[in-house]
Amino acid sequence: MWKMVVKRLGIGVLMLFAVSLIVFAGTEILPGDVAEIILGQSATPETLKVLRAELGLDQPAYLRYLFWLGDLARGDLGMSHARNVPIADLVAPRLRNTFLLAGCVAAIAVPLSLAAGLLAAMYPGSWTDRAVSWMTLGSISFPEFFTATVLVLVFSIELGLLPPISNLRGDSGPGEWAAALALPVATLTISLFGQLVRLTRATTLNIMNEPYVEMAVLKGLSRRRIVFLHVGLNAFGPIVNVVALNMAYLVGGVVIVETIFAFPGLAKLMIDGVQTRDLPVVQACAMIFCATYVVLILVADIAAILANARLRHAR
Amino acid sequence: MTDMDLDDRPARRGWHKRIGPGGWAGTAVILFWALVALLGPWIAPHDPGATIADMPYAADERLLLGADYIGRDIWSRIILGARTTLGLALAATVLTYLIGATLGICAATVGGWADAGLSRVNDVLLSLPNIMLALLVIAAFGTSNIVVIATTAVVFSSSVFRFSRALAMNVMVQDFVEVAGIRGERFPWIVFHEVMPNIAMPLLSDFGMKLVFVMLFISGLSFIGLGVQPPTPDWGSMVRENVQGLAYGSYAALWPAGAIASLTLAINLVVDDLSARSSRAITQTMG
Repeated sequence: MWKMVVKRLGIGVLMLFAVSLIVFAGTEILPGDVAEIILGQSATPETLKVLRAELGLDQPAYLRYLFWLGDLARGDLGMSHARNVPIADLVAPRLRNTFLLAGCVAAIAVPLSLAAGLLAAMYPGSWTDRAVSWMTLGSISFPEFFTATVLVLVFSIELGLLPPISNLRGDSGPGEWAAALALPVATLTISLFGQLVRLTRATTLNIMNEPYVEMAVLKGLSRRRIVFLHVGLNAFGPIVNVVALNMAYLVGGVVIVETIFAFPGLAKLMIDGVQTRDLPVVQACAMIFCATYVVLILVADIAAILANARLRHAR
Repeated sequence: MTDMDLDDRPARRGWHKRIGPGGWAGTAVILFWALVALLGPWIAPHDPGATIADMPYAADERLLLGADYIGRDIWSRIILGARTTLGLALAATVLTYLIGATLGICAATVGGWADAGLSRVNDVLLSLPNIMLALLVIAAFGTSNIVVIATTAVVFSSSVFRFSRALAMNVMVQDFVEVAGIRGERFPWIVFHEVMPNIAMPLLSDFGMKLVFVMLFISGLSFIGLGVQPPTPDWGSMVRENVQGLAYGSYAALWPAGAIASLTLAINLVVDDLSARSSRAITQTMG
């Protein structure tokens, strides 16, 4: 089993390298270079040459990749071209906000969806199952900006309970934070719910068809005991994987939700970076998002290996 | 006696009897929007670019759904936007399948180094969140309809690659493929006559689901301002343009968002209906 864990860790490290190559290559496929973008109309051959030397652009690509990777490993994300401040200073508060947002969503959406998925799988074809399947259908069909628009119209405009945009500053109190987070978290929870429930239900039903479950049924065990003990424990590995894979949907959702609620998070910073073509900012944000995702998948895979009783005893 | 003869032929039942109420409702909505997209310029009551109302977000009796942030007719813009939104999503999904399914079927049938190499590259692409790849490409190239279609196709082709490769792999190990090989059939013949017909149906129902994902993805890009650019009417960018009005209680952003939601819901209803019925048909034939 430990051999598998080490092997999986090795693949994870390779993945991170591959991801960093793709992120770096993103700026290399660009027509022209960063110096031309910064100088724009005011570029002359002389100023271009000076700036290129200053930014290290006169060196070959593989050297610049290694320097970039080395800086990244030391936590130096470089300078923002558009705002001329260290990217680390821009990223730090926003990273905290985005993690807070994603953490709240995961803490609410995951238990809720797993419960709904298990409940639907426990009584397939029942009214509960059908009600859950209608909810998931809405959840996977509706774009985040539709859900968010409806929520804002109901809770902010008609009822006047919550702010339509997340107006946050450094000195906002816990109450303001909760109010600012409520609608973004609700939107993302709704959009994540469908995928999570569908996959949980399918995984659980698959396991319910195994012979040992039939055996438990024939023994006369209660449905609840079978679902929670016999099926639940075996479904753990696949379900952890489902949850981790769905974090990719969460990243996509975060990008939309931070835009619609003007939430001061990392995704908003990245989109602003794309719009102003501030490539170092885009690279840094992409690297943080992708690395987090790769690490989450890695943790899920290792958890699944550790949870699998068959792998725990070496042959 | 004749009754029994008829009962023994369930396959003769009309295809329309196998579609449930959800499937019919979904089909109706899809046909409605398809017609709107086709007839767009002839049925729009106003010029989508013309400022008609004097006030932003004004409710005007001439305008069915009111005015947008600069007083243009929302309903006319939704009608004209249907063409952009549907057209882009359809083009991107077709391109996704051309790339993903072609490479996937090649990898499964050729095997060896081609398969290993393609699969490793694909693993890396699959390990990145879709939106991140798209943002990187758009940061480098800027945006245009071509960039959006190409980026979306590359991003989504990795999951199509995986799916079609797995399907084709299953067929390649079947006895009839081996027999065809022994019989001396050429490689392309095996691909087109043995593999393709056997994986066409599952690929087709996956196409419907991908179309939904792609439509949501492109609308999302337009919504964050990196997809379809103004003044082209498009549902995603219409939500973006009018989202500021939410704070003043304007419903302008709800209509285009609702249009997308209605269409994706309709496609999902049809896909669900088809897959539920085909799996029921399979369990019936199996006993």
